[in-house]
Amino acid sequence: MIPATFDYVRPATIDEAVAALADAGEDAGQDVKAIAGGQSLMPLLRLRLAYPEVLVDLDRIEALREIRDDGDAIVIGATATHHQVLHDPLVGEHLPLIARATATVADPAVRHRGTFGGSLAHADPAGDLPAVALALDAVLHVRSARGEREIPAAEFFVDWMTSALEPDELLVAVRVPKLAGPGWGVHYEKFHRTAQAWAVVGVACAVRRVNGAVEDARVALTNMGPAPVRASAVERFAEGRTISRDAFRAAGEHAAAGTDPPADLHGSSQYRAHLAKVLTARALTAAAGG
Amino acid sequence: MTEVGTPRRRSEDARLVTGRTRWTDNLQPAGTLHVAFLRSPHAHARITGVDTTAARERPGVVAVLSGADLAAEQGSLPCAWVVTEDMKHPAHPPMAVDEVRYAGEPVACVVARDRYAAFDALEDIDVDYAPLPAVVDMERAVQDGAPLVHEDLGTNRSYRWVFENGDLDAAFRDAPVTLERRYVQQRLIPAAMEPRAVLCEPDGEEFTLYSATQIPHILRLMLATVTQIPEHRIRVVAPDVGGGFGSKLQVYGEEVLCLLLARRLGRPVKWTESRSEGNMAAHHGRDQIQRLALAAEADGRIRGLKVDLLAGMGAYLMLVTPGIPLLGAFMFPGIYKMGAYSFTCTGVFTTKTPTDAYRGAGRPEATYAIERLMDELAAELGLDPIEVRRRNWIGHGEFPYETVAGLTYDSGNYEAATERALALFEYDKLRAEQADRRERRDPVQLGIGVSIFTEMCGLAPSRVLGSLSYGAGGWEHAAVRMLPSGKVEVITGSSAHGQGHETAWAQIAADRLGVPFEDVKVLHGDTAVSHKGMDTYGSRSLAVGGVALFNACDKVVGKARVLAAHLLEAAEDDLEFTGGRFSVRGVREAGATIQEIALAAFAAHDLPDGVEPSLDSDATFDPGNFSFPHGTHLCAAEVDTETGRVRLRSYVAVDDVGKVVNPLIVEGQVHGGLAQGIAQALYEEAVYDEEGNLTTTTMADYLVPAAPDLPSFTTDRTETPATGNPLGVKGVGEAGTIASTPAVVNAIVDALRPFGVSDVPMPCTPERVWRALNQRAEPEESAEPGAGGGLGSAGGAR
Repeated sequence: MIPATFDYVRPATIDEAVAALADAGEDAGQDVKAIAGGQSLMPLLRLRLAYPEVLVDLDRIEALREIRDDGDAIVIGATATHHQVLHDPLVGEHLPLIARATATVADPAVRHRGTFGGSLAHADPAGDLPAVALALDAVLHVRSARGEREIPAAEFFVDWMTSALEPDELLVAVRVPKLAGPGWGVHYEKFHRTAQAWAVVGVACAVRRVNGAVEDARVALTNMGPAPVRASAVERFAEGRTISRDAFRAAGEHAAAGTDPPADLHGSSQYRAHLAKVLTARALTAAAGG
Repeated sequence: MTEVGTPRRRSEDARLVTGRTRWTDNLQPAGTLHVAFLRSPHAHARITGVDTTAARERPGVVAVLSGADLAAEQGSLPCAWVVTEDMKHPAHPPMAVDEVRYAGEPVACVVARDRYAAFDALEDIDVDYAPLPAVVDMERAVQDGAPLVHEDLGTNRSYRWVFENGDLDAAFRDAPVTLERRYVQQRLIPAAMEPRAVLCEPDGEEFTLYSATQIPHILRLMLATVTQIPEHRIRVVAPDVGGGFGSKLQVYGEEVLCLLLARRLGRPVKWTESRSEGNMAAHHGRDQIQRLALAAEADGRIRGLKVDLLAGMGAYLMLVTPGIPLLGAFMFPGIYKMGAYSFTCTGVFTTKTPTDAYRGAGRPEATYAIERLMDELAAELGLDPIEVRRRNWIGHGEFPYETVAGLTYDSGNYEAATERALALFEYDKLRAEQADRRERRDPVQLGIGVSIFTEMCGLAPSRVLGSLSYGAGGWEHAAVRMLPSGKVEVITGSSAHGQGHETAWAQIAADRLGVPFEDVKVLHGDTAVSHKGMDTYGSRSLAVGGVALFNACDKVVGKARVLAAHLLEAAEDDLEFTGGRFSVRGVREAGATIQEIALAAFAAHDLPDGVEPSLDSDATFDPGNFSFPHGTHLCAAEVDTETGRVRLRSYVAVDDVGKVVNPLIVEGQVHGGLAQGIAQALYEEAVYDEEGNLTTTTMADYLVPAAPDLPSFTTDRTETPATGNPLGVKGVGEAGTIASTPAVVNAIVDALRPFGVSDVPMPCTPERVWRALNQRAEPEESAEPGAGGGLGSAGGAR
């Protein structure tokens, strides 16, 4: 298929982009959408599952690509590509979980065009990065003609392909706190049927190990509900326990709690619930080096 | 240098890989109009009205036509293989008129100035449907009272075809061992890299139709038959074609319709399908339910085999739809000797996309059945799967061998290929590791899968095709012309769409004529250039078309010899021909190159009496028998019993395809074939829901594996020349696909046998493997013999 007709705007600055969203949306009453790498949106346009009347192309806005150190956090520009994130020394040093998960996103061609912010704004529960953002307590910086606001990841992913972004709002950057203190280990356990396929289930995991025990655990799940899920029950169970395979296996048993896994050609809900348990145990083990 | 046998890189690859070439969609004559098809969203419905008014009024739209608008001229798509006299053969209009019978069937089309306008206008066509019941399940479709796909036929059975040899009842009576199994060959989508595309250019009452087709010659004849446009007024060109795997061995409605639209509008029209259109409306493959029974002696020797198939036709019979399962009829006995065999196939209509040839076409299904059964037999008897095969296979000294299915296998050496494969695979070492993992109750278990196959290809002896009621012969044509400058043009009726003919054919011609490889140009895929041919499918190009080229070259050399004798004033018998030069025996300095002779033949100033000017010739080869490549494939699979995930650890393929022209091309064919066969075992399935909607319309749902999903293959060859052709070659295009599917599934089942698992339906998705483990585990907790329950946490959800 090929996309339906749309108008196209290519702003050079964030201000222009925000103005374009406001002009089309609020003022003209049009359905408007920002596009960056297009790796998620273009397929929807081609299949005519999305019919925006205006596309605002962010490709020329250099300021949106920056990745910088902000003291206790790294700030990743919304249109930094996956490839850029994957090879960024700041990300590699302070946010290795993001690097690990990004390395599993689709294939090199997609990673060269697809963007970090785009995959969060798309809010596909099968995407790898929403769960990572959730596990790391990322904060999403958003701008509109009305002003700026910050949205914690826990409030950003609302429903299936639905984020807390208003139609006139642009995601400009994501602030991801560095994992504080020594002893952190991370892992992203992705279960997919082919290398290029979406996760059937994914587990994003960061564990801080102190004196052979779990000091802090952050666990979030990909594709276990209409939005990424923070596996709080697993975290609570794991924290304070002496690290062992059995302890992590027992912690994994809590992974399906509070989830609402989808059923599709790649797995039933029951199977996903089972996978979440096994994969969580493996992710914890890999992260903690148990 | 000897070209044949040299692993030359393919001359065509640079342009094919970069796409800077003549794909049909790249062609854009001035004034081209673009076609888009509106397709049925229903599996089965009566069309009660089509309103095209609004669509016609859209900007850029030139014409909007429904099936009813074209009913008088569109004819019915051909089926060239009427397998039984009473075969039910429904009409198949290129665009549905009264009723749609599969989701994706074309119901109307828009012709517009650009592709966007055409697609936009589709949304303004209003079709009223009265839904009818979908017919999705083959076993239910053949029951009394089932809803009918074609009401007027009174049945969903298209035909019943039977082959019997030997006394099957006696074979099963008192047999020490009998096995009964039911296997499902899921539907597959061929998914060639280049989608279908058609461009038709009218020139008065004549038409040039470019199509991404495997069969320009057959297509031309069929277009003439369907549309009544005289055959000599149609030229069909298959420019560079990006793969087919059988899906472009077809006469598609879209091809007929583009021709009719170009005639109606007097302008070039073009259509290129989208991937999701292709998934829905290009023909599918496989789709069989196999009921199998095997009787054997206590030592594992097979007494008899009974095969009862339901073969899915889909909604209509296309070019060779009904014959595909019959290509398998002769292959169920595989490489084995047995006294009795019975084969019954029932062709079944369903409200799904029609099926037809897909790489292997009937033979992968048959090979899967027998090779799975051999593993089951080995398990039943507690024998090694290699040993049970050894006790049954045709020995090297027994060739030529007439099989129970009535074929005569010309040559083969299963012992040699198997020995080589076992050594490369390190079979004993892997068996030891398997035992160790079982002992340790490792959550990741190891399985070893065996598949020893042969197949019939090189389609085909014309008289055999005739005896099977096929609509045409199986010969192939080649022409060779020496140009005045000494360069060579080779014309082949075989139509390459990725096979590398431009390289392999040039290698054959260079050797036979003694000219440099670079001096040979291979022309193909255009009915105005190649005036006769039977095209490319069924691993026939080299074994039939390559032999035609070999013979044509020898005719050219024969004529050159006459001229050389004349020019050198010597007797023909005194001439030697080596390295492209004729010389008088014993007098090396007196000679003439074939290029010099070509120039002399062109000038024609001094020719012997009765010899025509120019140095060229042609040949048509009709093989006396099929070609029977064979091989031994071994697969090691790691099965994660906690998640059901299968990882192929190693794969060894030792194939015997007779003599080899270009080892690199053979290697490529084996690799690609393995990928597609493994894909059937692990990844691919065209899934329909209960309403008959295809749910795998995109590549996100229909999983085609890529390089990271496959192991690094270990390939090798043994070489047992074919006896029926002077090149000694056998087909290779389908071998990997045929052999690999059972090798993989056998490996998975082998890993899980200690858990009581004896089958996993294809594709063996992680969830299916997990369920196979847990279905057993739940009712009979820790009742497995040997390895016992709870290998690791292998019980999974237990």
